[in-house]
Amino acid sequence: MAFASDQVPCVRRGVRVHELSICQALIDEVAKIAASVDARTVGRITLEVGPLSGVEPELLARAFEVARTGTCAAEAELSIAVPDIVVRCSDCDATSPAQVNRLLCASCGGYRTRVLEGDGLKLRAVELDVPEAPPAALH
Amino acid sequence: MCDTCGCTITAGNAHLAGADRAARTGTTVEVLKDLLAANDRVAEHNRAHFDEHGVLAINLMSSPGAGKTTLLEATIQALSGRYRIAVIEGDLETDNDAARIRAQGVPAVQITTGTACHLDAHLVHRALHDLPLAGLDLLFIENVGNLVCPASFDLGQHRNVVLLCATEGDDKPAKYPVMFRAADLVILSKADLLGVLEDFDPARAEAALRALGRDTPIIRTAARRAPALAAWLAWLEQQLSAPRALAPLRPLERGVNTSV
Repeated sequence: MAFASDQVPCVRRGVRVHELSICQALIDEVAKIAASVDARTVGRITLEVGPLSGVEPELLARAFEVARTGTCAAEAELSIAVPDIVVRCSDCDATSPAQVNRLLCASCGGYRTRVLEGDGLKLRAVELDVPEAPPAALH
Repeated sequence: MCDTCGCTITAGNAHLAGADRAARTGTTVEVLKDLLAANDRVAEHNRAHFDEHGVLAINLMSSPGAGKTTLLEATIQALSGRYRIAVIEGDLETDNDAARIRAQGVPAVQITTGTACHLDAHLVHRALHDLPLAGLDLLFIENVGNLVCPASFDLGQHRNVVLLCATEGDDKPAKYPVMFRAADLVILSKADLLGVLEDFDPARAEAALRALGRDTPIIRTAARRAPALAAWLAWLEQQLSAPRALAPLRPLERGVNTSV
């Protein structure tokens, strides 16, 4: 799934409202975390974007470049992992891999499945520059 | 000796060396947080508002031209004697759809989004200022015609209904998995045309829907010349009498909720 800006009218200059809104929430959350450890700047932000999350990673990366301006994440690098889809079958209880539009149980072929992995949008890790206490004066 | 490796730290420059070390000291905070956009907070607020007034809110989505407004007109004709209905309409431009609904004797508020290709919770919240919910049983929110973006925006509705028109491809559920997975009901609309649309195989459409891993029912409607709405009206009646607490699967909760 890829939304090229010439194919989807709601993408303007590589940015779509949905991803921009997600980035704003992301930066708010990162700012809270940074403040809690007195961090001055943010290094790398690691996200997990599931194939079924309705969020397009490339659009998210572009929206991030816009949303981070003037924030504690202004220099931050965004690292996006796309997990494989995993489902659990309600009929035979098997756990198996699946695709965005084929979420059937690989074991029994049943369609009553639950997505365990792959439909979420998660903030996984934030690397922060935390000021060290100044070293004791050397004599 | 040299001023970069730290071996010439003195009392005088220790603070500078300390700052340099701090810049290279990173700390990684491991987080496990679902990101909830601001939209979802407003959506929860809308949903609480609906629940307070006992109103069932249904988000109606489809491609442009699949027959949402016509279905609503026919539905109002069938049900307005027994239920108090109102509609929020979403379009980029024009008041046309809200005008059609009002002509049926039912309150309708039109949201014109300008360029936004989907409704969001904030727009719906503003529309509710013009739509008193007291005494209402059923609120339809007719979303902007679009099978992509609306699926990602919780409006505060209790149920998502997605129309798949007989004039579209029967593989649409496979092409738009996020939208069709979000559906609590899929309606095969303009079903009276199936006789002349040989390429559309309802069994293939159902198989594509089933492959999305849910029990979502798929029913047929014809809303124009000879309305055939029995299955749709039966589903509505069932929802109106069922507990509202079950919100539809929203993107961030699919790992947790079980299928309805």
